[in-house]
Amino acid sequence: MSVIFLLIAASTLVAAVFLAAFIRAVRSGQYDDDRSPAVRMLHDHPPAPNSLTPNPSPKERGANPSDQ
Amino acid sequence: MIERFQYDNRIVKNFLFVTIMWGVVGMLVGLTAAIQLVVPSWNFADWGSFGRLRPLHTNAVIFAFVGNAIFAGAYYSLQRLLKARMYSDMLGKIHFWGWQLIIVSAVITLPLGMTTGKEYAELEWPIDIAITLIWVVFGINMMGTIIKRRERHLYVAIWFYIATWVTVAMLHIVNSIELPISMTKSYSWYAGVQDALVQWWYGHNAVAFFLTTPFLGLMYYFLPKAANRPVYSYKLSIIHFWSLIFLYIWAGPHHLLYSALPEWAQSLGTVFSIMLIAPSWGGMLNGLLTLRGAWDRVREDPVLKFFVVAVTCYGMATLEGPLLSLKSINAIAHFTDWIIAHVHIGGIGWNGFMIFGMVYWLVPRMYGTKLHSVKLANAHFWLGTLGIILYAVPLYFAGFFQSLMWKQFTPDGFLMYPNFLGHTAGDQDGLRTARYRR
Repeated sequence: MSVIFLLIAASTLVAAVFLAAFIRAVRSGQYDDDRSPAVRMLHDHPPAPNSLTPNPSPKERGANPSDQ
Repeated sequence: MIERFQYDNRIVKNFLFVTIMWGVVGMLVGLTAAIQLVVPSWNFADWGSFGRLRPLHTNAVIFAFVGNAIFAGAYYSLQRLLKARMYSDMLGKIHFWGWQLIIVSAVITLPLGMTTGKEYAELEWPIDIAITLIWVVFGINMMGTIIKRRERHLYVAIWFYIATWVTVAMLHIVNSIELPISMTKSYSWYAGVQDALVQWWYGHNAVAFFLTTPFLGLMYYFLPKAANRPVYSYKLSIIHFWSLIFLYIWAGPHHLLYSALPEWAQSLGTVFSIMLIAPSWGGMLNGLLTLRGAWDRVREDPVLKFFVVAVTCYGMATLEGPLLSLKSINAIAHFTDWIIAHVHIGGIGWNGFMIFGMVYWLVPRMYGTKLHSVKLANAHFWLGTLGIILYAVPLYFAGFFQSLMWKQFTPDGFLMYPNFLGHTAGDQDGLRTARYRR
């Protein structure tokens, strides 16, 4: 089963690269704000018209405070 | 000074167009292969026989239908999330035409019987090299865009795209190491059970990193967009991503239970498969809960309907998968039609319905039009949903019966039902044989 060493090596290498990326992302503050990115991605420039259903009015959007 | 720039929408439109086109082709080939199982006379020639059309079906739906949809969604969302045009329009064009050329070469070589014989990696070595090159082109284009971005934070969807790119590159290269003996034939570098282990390390992770992670990226972008509300928990989406990618890669051996693979490797595959339930269901719930308070809109918007069924199917398939990796359940299901039902819950339910929702959302935005008929989209939704149920449920039953029949023996030790199909397609000869032998 010598091939298992190849697979474990390849998988571990990729895992290590991602672990390094994770540590770097945390240290550089990528995850300090875990609320606003989810809201900011909703805003495009220019705002795209919603062709299927109308955008909810600001009042409607504010109905659930935890959304904001 | 205000900086002005435009997004590259041409590339998104192109990929959307071929997604729909190859979707139709891939599903028609699948339908033909399914009919061939019941009506053998539909095996009309060597090149049109089940053995050749089945890999054409899987390659077409996975790499052409789903693949092009990934690229369409990624090119659209990357630019908007990074607030930057793609790194290079030229690389985008090379990526697009290169990928279509690869698909066309698959459509030609697979029916001609040119195959490596490795499931989901059937394409021969010259095409393997082309796939590698085009994948690198896509990677440069994506990484270049990430580097020149105007938005500091990398939204979770982009992490899913990055993981997709890196892991698929590794899987494809390691699994495709082969010795060419001519332009159209090569042999795998690995042999026997070692080849099987590499193959299913690839096969399982192709499902993970071609059919799952890119689609989770698409889900985290298009579902909040279509619902016009932020994802239920951004924190959970980050945990979802990092836990999923660190667990997924080790689950491959569950495809080789009861094989010559060492027992410990089989068990390890099972353990990781069970652990995968946690991030998978975390992601499913995160997607569904994004719609809380918006269910009134789900009732009206076909895009959201497609997404709800897609995310639900993701949850079902990712619970079923770990259960199937348990040896006792695998003993019933392996090699039966149950597996066909399982992969289609994932393939049509999760991938297909995500694509349909995404296309219905994107096309009106890309062309500045309204959907031709929302009614028709709703009809599409209901036909598709009922179709999946009618497809999967009978196959679950069939798989169970198939498995039970295979385990019946005559007193002399022969199989009591040697030809399962003989008993399903109304073949009375088959039934008579069985009674006679009993």
